[in-house]
Amino acid sequence: MTSMQWFNIVLQGVLIGGLYAMFAAGLSLIFGVMRLVNIAHGDLIVLAAYVALVVTQAMGINPLVSLLFVVPIMALVGYALQRGLLNRTLGDDLLPPLLVTFGLSIIIQNGLLELFTADSRRLQAGAIEIQTFELLQGVWVGALPLLQFVIAVAAIAGLQILFYRTALGRAFRATSDDQPVAQLMGLDTRHVFAMAMALSLAVIAIAGVFLAVRTNFDPAIGPARLIFGFEAVIIGGLGSMWGTLAGGVILGVSQAVGAQIDPGWQLLAGHIVFLAILAVRPQGLFPRVSG
Amino acid sequence: MSRVEHATQSSRVGVTLIAVTLIILALAPFWGDRQTLRLLAEVYTFVALASLWNLLAGYAGLVSVGQQAFVGLGGYLLFGLAILLGMHPIAAILIAGPIGALVAIPVAALIFRLRGAYFAIGTWVVAEVFRLLASQITFLGGGSGISLPSGVVVAMAPSRQMREFETYWLALILTVVVLGAIVALLRSRHGLALTAIRDNEMAAQSNGISVWRIKFIVYVITAFGTTMIGALIFLQKLRISPDTAFSVNDWTAFVIFITVIGGIGRVEGPIVGTIVFFVLRQALADLGSLYLLMMGAVAIGVMLWAPKGVWGLIAERFGWQALPLQRRLVLEKEQ
Amino acid sequence: MRDAALLEIKTIDAFYGDFQALFKVSLSIDAGQIIAVIGANGAGKSTLLKTIAGLIHPHRGEILFKGARVTGLPAFDVVRHGIALVPEGRRLFPSLTVEENLLIGGQSGRPGPWSIARVCELFPVLAERRNLPAPALSGGQQQMAAIGRALMANPQLLLCDEISLGLAPIVVRDIYSRLPQIAAEGLSLIIVEQDIAQALRAASHVYCLQEGRVALEGSARDLTRETISAAYFGV
Repeated sequence: MTSMQWFNIVLQGVLIGGLYAMFAAGLSLIFGVMRLVNIAHGDLIVLAAYVALVVTQAMGINPLVSLLFVVPIMALVGYALQRGLLNRTLGDDLLPPLLVTFGLSIIIQNGLLELFTADSRRLQAGAIEIQTFELLQGVWVGALPLLQFVIAVAAIAGLQILFYRTALGRAFRATSDDQPVAQLMGLDTRHVFAMAMALSLAVIAIAGVFLAVRTNFDPAIGPARLIFGFEAVIIGGLGSMWGTLAGGVILGVSQAVGAQIDPGWQLLAGHIVFLAILAVRPQGLFPRVSG
Repeated sequence: MSRVEHATQSSRVGVTLIAVTLIILALAPFWGDRQTLRLLAEVYTFVALASLWNLLAGYAGLVSVGQQAFVGLGGYLLFGLAILLGMHPIAAILIAGPIGALVAIPVAALIFRLRGAYFAIGTWVVAEVFRLLASQITFLGGGSGISLPSGVVVAMAPSRQMREFETYWLALILTVVVLGAIVALLRSRHGLALTAIRDNEMAAQSNGISVWRIKFIVYVITAFGTTMIGALIFLQKLRISPDTAFSVNDWTAFVIFITVIGGIGRVEGPIVGTIVFFVLRQALADLGSLYLLMMGAVAIGVMLWAPKGVWGLIAERFGWQALPLQRRLVLEKEQ
Repeated sequence: MRDAALLEIKTIDAFYGDFQALFKVSLSIDAGQIIAVIGANGAGKSTLLKTIAGLIHPHRGEILFKGARVTGLPAFDVVRHGIALVPEGRRLFPSLTVEENLLIGGQSGRPGPWSIARVCELFPVLAERRNLPAPALSGGQQQMAAIGRALMANPQLLLCDEISLGLAPIVVRDIYSRLPQIAAEGLSLIIVEQDIAQALRAASHVYCLQEGRVALEGSARDLTRETISAAYFGV
């Protein structure tokens, strides 16, 4: 293997890392605002993929265009889900949110199984899928993976801006800091949490559509996406969006390198890197809060 | 002088009922047919798995969605020891326990760095790693799995009927041992600490209880039991593959739903939950994924509106206890 | 005929968890008035303010604000009616800067004279520190920021819960010296204080709570030290 070939492999890993970072961004947003870890997170990504399937088939449009519909639909689902169900689980006890979101995960998986069967699906994005161009001399990159990476970075940047420069972001941070006092400011915390979930699902929607175009999907692949997102968050460090991007990239590269060594080692390589970081630097590589 | 008494009137009734039931169940090979024995053995293994999960989550506050790691480990240990070392299956099952505990020690050291829900996902990652590693072990079938060689099966007993009886009794005995160990643990001083942790972890810690150490010990003990039960399960199935060994649906989803519906944090909960689960399953038969969906919805409903589960509701309403686990200080008068 | 009181509390019972903290407490305050609520620790002063603010809902009794029933309204609704609480212990949002804390104080969008500029006029030290994270401020500065944050809601009634707590006397005097500027706009204040002398200087009317009940009520000028001590300690 030449160094150029290795470079290409690492590059592919970086690009898919962007997708993993998007899986992770929604997860860490929710944890940051309401200390909730949504076990159904990965299954919601798959749900978004199926929503995209339905929309593209019903309207005959390109999956990337379907984003215009899938994002608002998933955002609404997120708002309703939080307001209708998950708000009731928030509190000091750690069991209810965990067990309810786990139950939700099983429900979504089996619901999708009933509706769509276990058949593997994939969405066609058309010409863009085969387009490649030369990034550097001798280094070719696919247009779709590159677009996906750019959008992932943009999404994360967007979340940063929203969190730190808008009134909604202030509301998120204040509610996360001190719920009762946030209410004294006139914030309806039920609404704030629901907005956070809506936002998380909007990001999930983007990730889901890209997942659907990039790989074969079926109702059972949700948990693996949750795990990738989770590993990206832990590798990168809690509380830092850019850390999450770094975590996603590291995970993606580990998997790409592992796959090169032996195809069966692709996933294992990622898990091993994750466990290694957990062992030697459990706070992650770029934690916002140190220690 | 004073002493601590564990029994209550209802628990005396409960213990008697349980003893009678156990005798009837032990004699099942003489009154039940093959299908009944298989069903009962399945019930026992779920009672055991759910009780162990309940100990971990309901008492120690460690919610694991990765116990399938140890179920699968037990299964693969059975197959590995029997096939490679020619060990008798029952011996393999008994050895699987301590091995599972040993494996659990470094695993716990790693994942205890995570808290709460992140801990839960960490357990899932560990299970995934075990599954992927199992797929790499070619002499145990790799990704497609392997059946238990007939030589090993015959080593258990010469006739199929004897083997079925043996497996059945083994399941009953192991489950009773697991439950007995859990009750004994809860009656001990460590059990008092565990119940304190269950009720209020921070208060327990400020009372000098080393919460971390107890959680660690409970995690290892639970792994011990789960691994042994896992070995037993795959002795019954006679075939193993990475996907069945480490299935989240079979060994975690059902177990969690059983415990939640039956009642978390009480020993009787998993037993009641298993009964409810199997009654529903027999009644609703082949609904497949719809059944899982319904169980999930019911579990969510219970979690939100009746968090103490079926047994919890009953116990609170009537003040019952099936097992002697209360602690009452009895003061004896001095003459 | 006397105008209807701005705030009227009629015989409320309030609980803090399982523990009853207020027993048949009644209180009223007029527009532009400053009243003080004093009492020993655990007398129920903070619970009273939290109940008015909507963080706690009374089990019995009524709270009327500008003639409208606000009993049992959630806190985020109460502030929109025009009641703002400066919570005990300041409780600025640690993830936000001073300016962001003030901005979020105005989240409820009530119109009025208070703005960041006005607050910084009142407390100039905040202007210099507006971009610092809230925890970087000293105790006294945090208290000023907390008061400013509550003012940003443009309330008609400001509730101050133990603003002297943990602060040096000179800092306390500094903060209290600015209260007249706040009241000059027509704002009414209810001040909960451990520092009785300070409370009597600032307020025109005093309520003394003892174990959840109003033990004494009167104008600040008329009450003697002896009467107050007796009520305070319940002797």
